[in-house]
Amino acid sequence: MAATVTAASPGASGPGSSLIRTRSRRSVGEGVVRTILLAAAALSVLTTTLIVLSLVRETVSFFGDVSISDYLFGTKWTPLLSSAQQSFNVWPLLFATFYITLIAMVVALPLGILCAIYLAEYAGRRTRKIIKPVLEVLAGVPTIVFGYFALAFFTPEILKPLLGSGVGTNNQLAAGIIVGLLVLPTIASVAEDSMSAVPQSLREGAFGLGANRMQVSLRVILPAALSGVVAAVVLGASRAFGETVVILLAAGNGQLLPQGPVTNPLEPAGNMAAFIAGTAGGDIGQGSIEYKTIFTIGFTLFVVTLILNAVAIRLVNKYRQVYE
Amino acid sequence: MTGQQIAHAAATQRRVFPRPRRGDKVKSAGFYLLMLLALAAAMVALATLLIDVWGDGSSKLSSTLIENQPSKINPANSGLHSALIGTLYLMAICAVFVIPLGVATAVYLEEYADRTKWFNRLIELNIQNLAAVPSVVYGILGLAYIVRDGLSLGSTIVAGGLTLGLLVLPVVIIVSREAIRAVPPSIREGALALGATKWQTIWKQVLPGSIAGIATGVILALSRAIGETAPLLLLGAAVSSRIDPTLDNAVINALPLQIFNWSKDSDTANFLPLAAAAIIVLMALLLLMNSIAIYLRNRYEQKW
Repeated sequence: MAATVTAASPGASGPGSSLIRTRSRRSVGEGVVRTILLAAAALSVLTTTLIVLSLVRETVSFFGDVSISDYLFGTKWTPLLSSAQQSFNVWPLLFATFYITLIAMVVALPLGILCAIYLAEYAGRRTRKIIKPVLEVLAGVPTIVFGYFALAFFTPEILKPLLGSGVGTNNQLAAGIIVGLLVLPTIASVAEDSMSAVPQSLREGAFGLGANRMQVSLRVILPAALSGVVAAVVLGASRAFGETVVILLAAGNGQLLPQGPVTNPLEPAGNMAAFIAGTAGGDIGQGSIEYKTIFTIGFTLFVVTLILNAVAIRLVNKYRQVYE
Repeated sequence: MTGQQIAHAAATQRRVFPRPRRGDKVKSAGFYLLMLLALAAAMVALATLLIDVWGDGSSKLSSTLIENQPSKINPANSGLHSALIGTLYLMAICAVFVIPLGVATAVYLEEYADRTKWFNRLIELNIQNLAAVPSVVYGILGLAYIVRDGLSLGSTIVAGGLTLGLLVLPVVIIVSREAIRAVPPSIREGALALGATKWQTIWKQVLPGSIAGIATGVILALSRAIGETAPLLLLGAAVSSRIDPTLDNAVINALPLQIFNWSKDSDTANFLPLAAAAIIVLMALLLLMNSIAIYLRNRYEQKW
């Protein structure tokens, strides 16, 4: 708004010239307010700095004890065993993180996008008015509820009867499917928003050329809304990637992966976030190697998440369609 | 259009939308069915979740549940008093911390910040990225600088509230900015033309005009905060949950933590109904907060 005032001042001639402000007590007060507000805004930068600082400090100390090549290229993940058997290769843990995210996306991606197309292109106004708020409420259900559901219902009542005795009480499949269910409302809702934002003229044009509704949805609306749909999918994937408590309850804490990556979805494993939360809850002394491991894994999770986020922003910008 | 352009356009049309064929109707019907199935699958799964939780936990809902302290031995008369008190504390601390900071940041970014300056762009980029950081990482931050070094608050409920506050701060900022942006420029211009200073304009015109949107956003952020489990798991050592948290004792408990403990420890499955009952209490609280948010939005929202 400052621009408006300054722009108006030179034009104010004659009696209006008194509008030009001098440095009064009032303007000092204004400066103070501005400084306070700036300080509040700067706190968010401080938060990031502190996150990075806290992670880096212990990570550097960790790599004083463990070689980087062992961390990246070993084969076993057994950080909590006695020192003779300790091994700190992150790959099995990283693998489980991606693996559970993959299972989640196999569930959430097709279901979420089909729901979004239905809501944006097929559903009547009344149906949409009911389902859309329901989706938004479901997106706000705490993750602990999904964790409980996976452990107390999905694994024993659905997976075990269906797949037999090979299913562990903790298993990656249950965790992945339930995390998929958890991110489904988010994906459907965000993708639907971007499809609904495609201008009506595109639909009318396509119908005018003789396309049927399915062709319009899949060949016009979906490509036109691609940047938003990609953003929805990446948002869902990054939530699945950092999800903690569902994995901790349904798949395990990832403290012991001595055989390398667990490729059998019916066996337990844990992702990075579950390892952090599951390990920090115990009695681990500050400064011990186990304590530093938590921070090193936290740093790895933080860096991978930031990379995913940056890729998403690039993708969105690349495919962005601008309509007037 | 030249003849060539018309021919080209026609070719494109045939490629994208081939002449209707006999199979088209079947394909369309199949696609429609697929979408309905997807929607039904999602709705049925989520409905099953709610029904299962209600079925498991509703028998435990009684005054005992609210009044008694949690027990690890006797599920019959175990309650969740300390967890409920903890959640209410967390909500209050989080609100006191996050409302002034979030709104001040939003006002700065919308009303003062010059977007050509590098530090203003840094702040904006930073807030976007903070919103994407996994919640467990905020727990690490809280452990390192709020519980131990830095603020050294210990494993107290205040440390928990501040950590959750940092977690939801980006949400409050983003929603408040939208609400402030929705106040039309003419309102500000009018106030400035009448001789109000910039801050008077913001305090007397812009903030009252955007209060409904800000309040809605704050409530939604707080409801996200009290549903979080992961950051709290990092802050507290395994302390007794039979004591209510206060502002200065080293006790952290909250409904999600209690649900987690009951689910995790339930080798005998005796405690699962308690976990489900605690979920019902938590969801009732969230439903109440959401209803207040919807009411505020409908009642006080300004139409310009």
